[in-house]
Amino acid sequence: MLSPEFGHFTLALACCLAGAQCLIPLMGAKLRNIRLMALASPLAWGQFIALATAFACLITAAVTDDFSVQNILQNSAIDKPLLYKITGVWGNHEGSILLWALILALFGTIISTFSQHLPTSLRSKVIAIMGGSATGFELFCLITSNPFVRSWPAPLDGQGMNPLLQDPGLAFHPPILYMGYVGFAVPFAFAVAALLEGRVDAAWGRWVRPWTVLAWALLTCGIALGSWWSYYVLGWGGYWFWDPVENASLLPWLTGTALLHSALVVEKREALKVWTILLAIGTFSLSLSGTFLVRSGILNSVHAFASDPTRGVFILLLLAVISGGALLLFAWRAPTLTQTGIFGFFSREGSIVLNNILLCTMAAVVLTGTLYPPFIQLLNGQTLSVGKPFFDSALIPIALLLFFVMAIGPVLAFKKGNFKQIWSTLRFPALGSILVTFAAFIYLRQILPALATGASLWIILSAIADYIKRLSLFKTTLINSFHRMTGLPRSFYATYIAHIGVAITVLGIVGMAASQQKIVEIPINTTIHLAGYDWTLTDIQDRQGPNFVATEATIQISKNGKPITWMFPARRYFERQKQVVTDVSIHTNLLSDLYVVLGDSKNSDKPQPLFVLRLHYNPLAPWIWIGGFIMAIGGFITLTDRRFRVGAPALRKKQLPKA
Amino acid sequence: MQEITRRRLLWTVPFAGAAIAGGGFLSMLTGLKKGNFDPHEIKTPILNRPIPDFTLPNQPPSTGFDQTMLKQQNQPILINFFASWCIPCLSEMGVLQQLSSHLKIWGIAYKDKSQNIEGFLQRNGNPYQHIGQDSEGNVGIEWGISGVPESFLIMPGGIIKWHYPKPLTATSTQYLLSLLS
Repeated sequence: MLSPEFGHFTLALACCLAGAQCLIPLMGAKLRNIRLMALASPLAWGQFIALATAFACLITAAVTDDFSVQNILQNSAIDKPLLYKITGVWGNHEGSILLWALILALFGTIISTFSQHLPTSLRSKVIAIMGGSATGFELFCLITSNPFVRSWPAPLDGQGMNPLLQDPGLAFHPPILYMGYVGFAVPFAFAVAALLEGRVDAAWGRWVRPWTVLAWALLTCGIALGSWWSYYVLGWGGYWFWDPVENASLLPWLTGTALLHSALVVEKREALKVWTILLAIGTFSLSLSGTFLVRSGILNSVHAFASDPTRGVFILLLLAVISGGALLLFAWRAPTLTQTGIFGFFSREGSIVLNNILLCTMAAVVLTGTLYPPFIQLLNGQTLSVGKPFFDSALIPIALLLFFVMAIGPVLAFKKGNFKQIWSTLRFPALGSILVTFAAFIYLRQILPALATGASLWIILSAIADYIKRLSLFKTTLINSFHRMTGLPRSFYATYIAHIGVAITVLGIVGMAASQQKIVEIPINTTIHLAGYDWTLTDIQDRQGPNFVATEATIQISKNGKPITWMFPARRYFERQKQVVTDVSIHTNLLSDLYVVLGDSKNSDKPQPLFVLRLHYNPLAPWIWIGGFIMAIGGFITLTDRRFRVGAPALRKKQLPKA
Repeated sequence: MQEITRRRLLWTVPFAGAAIAGGGFLSMLTGLKKGNFDPHEIKTPILNRPIPDFTLPNQPPSTGFDQTMLKQQNQPILINFFASWCIPCLSEMGVLQQLSSHLKIWGIAYKDKSQNIEGFLQRNGNPYQHIGQDSEGNVGIEWGISGVPESFLIMPGGIIKWHYPKPLTATSTQYLLSLLS
């Protein structure tokens, strides 16, 4: 039943339903017709179910090795393990766009289920805009990237999948990353709906914030997974390469982080409204343009999807309609939105404004570095590349300033902060982090890593100091402190957990800067000394895998004569693709990674062959990703806050009647 | 009203910016289709032209060099960009050793630490007469390299005769030697 043709049909059906989901509620809102507006939710569900069926059809084709489907033929093969047959569905252009659309539809249904308390007009507009974006993507799928196209005559076996992608990490990285990208469609839809309604208030801020937090947390996880994947799969020993595609994911993350904070100001103080709307539009536009840059082939990147200018033109058109339309609406309606809340610079809002300025500056730097090469080539035909030196020198100073503000912000009160009070809370963390900066400078002999270490400590120590202060620990009885602890809102913990996550990631990055590595060319039974460890190559064996042959080295690691572990780096040769993939071996104790890559062998015909090994000692490396996941956990904790969970307004004292 | 107009103008800026970017992307895409825009293209703009200006500090165990020194040679010189962190450079070392008996080779240590280079040359032999240190990679940018190893053949007077952006092999050195004779 789940044939490719049925999939094609349900995809087209989903596209029609999405179009209806966009038009009917908008018309209903215009005519003030409750019945038409009420159709938004069933249409969103219908679109999701149709699209899920289409997706199931594609997975069925992949699992049953239906090589008459061109997409399966080009990306799969009989001997590919089952897990990768399933995950391979979104490992290529057509399938990944279908997944994009599916996630977009899923978010549409989640909104329609969890937003019953929203005013009907706003709710139907939000769902309609989600439907509009989905229509665009489903049309894109149908017109230029149809995954269900048949190929005739069908061959007996497929062409196989890029061996680099045959990894468990790839099973989770794209879906979670896409959920993050697509998640920002919700704040975008809220922003456009608010512009259409012509009204932004505290309630709007409260509705839009959990969606922003959800998208942000998922994007954080997605980026962390991607970075981890490149660390252990590519075998270059790095975790971030300033590749255009990585930058494309970093851009919405930076502006999304800004949005997350500015929406808080809208919610609490009804200020920064216009700016927050612009950020919501900008963040989703950056998510979309990330997809555009990757799929159109105008950037030189390691993430090579089969790029095609025709597809590029279509996505550009889609971008013009979605982002261009929203920005035009913004230019027209935003001036009429009025600001109500006022605040001093030295306040929580002031620190968030500074946070927004810094994060958006960082985003501008990344955007410039990413788009400079293609634009310069367009303008004067010069080829050049912008890499790590530019990004490091431009971003690190801004980031350091951001870390400095990050620790003070949560301690500050809304409206107007009290300098004396801040100083009494933060003087010990300040002293501690200055001392740590000096110690780090003496140890590392480099100014920037030392400052970054100090900044991380500053964030962590300030959080602890503020916590102690809020609990009145040591100043009152332990029982009292415990009561205060249970009384603290979840958002308090969420903020600090996310901020500490940032500090941990920064420490990991600093640690990686102090990594040691060695490239050696040795025969069997040779010992190498690196970073206090003895690395002995004891054996080299060939092993048969499901669709590859592996040459596997055995390396014994010992310290001071005591054996610690065995490591098995390998090189996998995939016969079908005639491609060699290195299988990195990593041993971690959470404080440092030992990382071994097996290179080519030399003089293999001679009695004593030589093997190339690349050995790395990466201190604090795992913290880079652990920090990312801690940030995301902070985000998820916010979502469990009562107000978000039940969608009830904040409990407030009854307003006193005017005297 | 004045206020509203000014804000209106201000809030049109994001749209204008996006429109300009969109126009740029569109012309890139049409360029891609016509074939006059290729982001993967690697150009070596200085082939058959004089070498760029540069000065390289000493990299032990040898001494550095600059463009005047290179121009004053009365025989062809092979300039080889390399690094200790690059596995293809390691595999290229044997070929360079053999080649060094036919041709003078000057090395440029690209984006590497001095002590790492010294260790690398101690382990694998030193085919270079002079070695300059390009720790920041700026000279590499001047020469237009896209990675390591890359080799350039410089004729007397400082003209770049040949460029090979890959590890040298037996075949490529044969071609190189045929250029000399």
